[in-house]
Amino acid sequence: MDLENQARIKQLAEQYGNKSLIVVLGAADPDSSELVAETVTTGDPSYAGPLTEVQLGLAVYHILEPEVKAYIPPEVYEEQVALMELALDAEGIATATKKIRDNASAGG
Amino acid sequence: MMRAVVKGAASILAHTPDLVLLGSKPTREIPRFDGLYEECMAHLRSHEEAVAYPPNQAFIGNIRPDRLADVGKPWYEHPMEGAAREGPYGEIMPEDEFYGLMKAADVFDLIWLEEGFLSRVAAKLQSHPLLGDLEGLEGGKAISEIKGKLDRQEALPLNLRGELVGCVCRAHEEDEDLRAEVILEGLAVKASAFLALRHLLARVSPTDPRDVDYLLDFGEEAIGDRYQRGGGNMAKAVGEMAGCLNASGVDVKAFCCAPIHAVTCGAALVQAGIFQKIALVGGGSLAKLGMKFQFHIKKDMPILEDTLGAIAILVGEDDGVSPVIRTDAIGMHRIGAGSSAREVYEEVVVKPLDKLGKRIIDIDKYATEFHNPEITVSAGRPDTPLINYRALGALAVLRGEIGRGELDDFVRKHGMPGFSPTQGHIPSAIPFMGHARDMIVGGEIENAMFVGKGSLFLARMTNLSDGVSVILERNPALKGGD
Amino acid sequence: MFAGKNVVAFGERDGVQGPAIAKCLAAAGANVVFTVTECVV
Repeated sequence: MDLENQARIKQLAEQYGNKSLIVVLGAADPDSSELVAETVTTGDPSYAGPLTEVQLGLAVYHILEPEVKAYIPPEVYEEQVALMELALDAEGIATATKKIRDNASAGG
Repeated sequence: MMRAVVKGAASILAHTPDLVLLGSKPTREIPRFDGLYEECMAHLRSHEEAVAYPPNQAFIGNIRPDRLADVGKPWYEHPMEGAAREGPYGEIMPEDEFYGLMKAADVFDLIWLEEGFLSRVAAKLQSHPLLGDLEGLEGGKAISEIKGKLDRQEALPLNLRGELVGCVCRAHEEDEDLRAEVILEGLAVKASAFLALRHLLARVSPTDPRDVDYLLDFGEEAIGDRYQRGGGNMAKAVGEMAGCLNASGVDVKAFCCAPIHAVTCGAALVQAGIFQKIALVGGGSLAKLGMKFQFHIKKDMPILEDTLGAIAILVGEDDGVSPVIRTDAIGMHRIGAGSSAREVYEEVVVKPLDKLGKRIIDIDKYATEFHNPEITVSAGRPDTPLINYRALGALAVLRGEIGRGELDDFVRKHGMPGFSPTQGHIPSAIPFMGHARDMIVGGEIENAMFVGKGSLFLARMTNLSDGVSVILERNPALKGGD
Repeated sequence: MFAGKNVVAFGERDGVQGPAIAKCLAAAGANVVFTVTECVV
């Protein structure tokens, strides 16, 4: 994740509180999703940025997860997301994101 | 109404492994980690390896991009047998010659090359079939002078396989916008763009340089000084080096979308009768060398981002053979249009197709983004070409043109594997231009749509993205095959 | 799940971009505090 964005997320987590901020991703594939999800939960795995070894433990979801889709009005989702839902590996992305989220909350 | 046509396109590569260390990411990362410099050096490829690398052979036109699907993976472990340095659209130049080319491009004595090295390189370039007339290859320096310049931190080193052979000097003591890094970037663009233009005019679409009457540069470099950081007109600098004495030029800036903007501008100017032969040129991005180098090292792969790419396209008056540019069906992402993927594709792809009464599946080949997936996927990043084609196919599904189950077939039929270096504007649709021109003239395909996209938001001036498309179509005057 | 919550719309150029995620979350009643699109190639 871009260093500027890492710093920004860190600042927002401090401002709103870790428990009150949700991050929703739009990453293009399972690997990218895992990488970003890890960065905002257990820290920057590439040891490059402000979130290196900083465990924000933020709640992280992907816009293509069924549990997120369920809350979006269908006509908005259709217009904004449906195309990429069909084009991308939605299932793989959802599984990867959920795995990181579950690991992070299991870790406490 | 006279239509503009694409008369030819040249695509060249300059293999510059030592310049990888001067790329943006390596420059920042190497000082941070002990041993990273040595690991980087140990994972750089030889010129022979770069030449035989299948995607590079597709880039210069020795194989069609589609053929890469049949090559064993990983590609870097399946070098092409008998691979040639030269191809129908260009060549893969080795680093020493490229340093010579930069010296020839330098008219302010900012590139210093060691005397012995310079005379060897000058001799090599003299015997190059297209570069025998190069000037500016005299004035070698003693190595002590070069070292002195580096010690005083007034220059950056130019190495060949780790050995010092020269340096790039800053152009001003105080002006940050004329520091050595910026000069090197500019000269790398100028030299590589010149090489593409030379191939275009001398071989691909033989044209006297004095018959070119305008140049458009579509690169993402910024050349200028402290008061006008992006002043520009690289187009004119490249045109001068190539002998286009009767032309002027201008730079087209739109991030990675610029090449297709340049095609539409060029076509419009020719169609309007203002100019007759316009050369579109874009040089390589030094900043993008080695972007994913740490991932490649970690996977014990060669560092694949070791080449500068450059492309030159000739747009001219209808010659009764070359594919026509459908200026009556330009796709463009308007400022007020929505920015979801669907809205962007509707604007940029569907609207122009509607104008021609065509469906998505009526375009034989789409040229979208051609980033070599071997470079990006190994770094945990997406296969960008594949995602582009899947998005187009998904749109065809949503419009009822094909069934969900036909998405994979759509990708195979209307798309192709990525094969371009990850050099920003270079992989943006135009690596397919030379191929498309020949495939259309040869009757393999009827048409091709080139779709450029740009991440304008990276400059922090707007949150907008950009998108432009242009359709190339078989010349109606052409009967049957070639 | 999102109604009244503070959310970050973290998009990717090749995937779903930030503004698209933001529109969805806003429509779900969320307070979008930051929208960004990363360019990773």
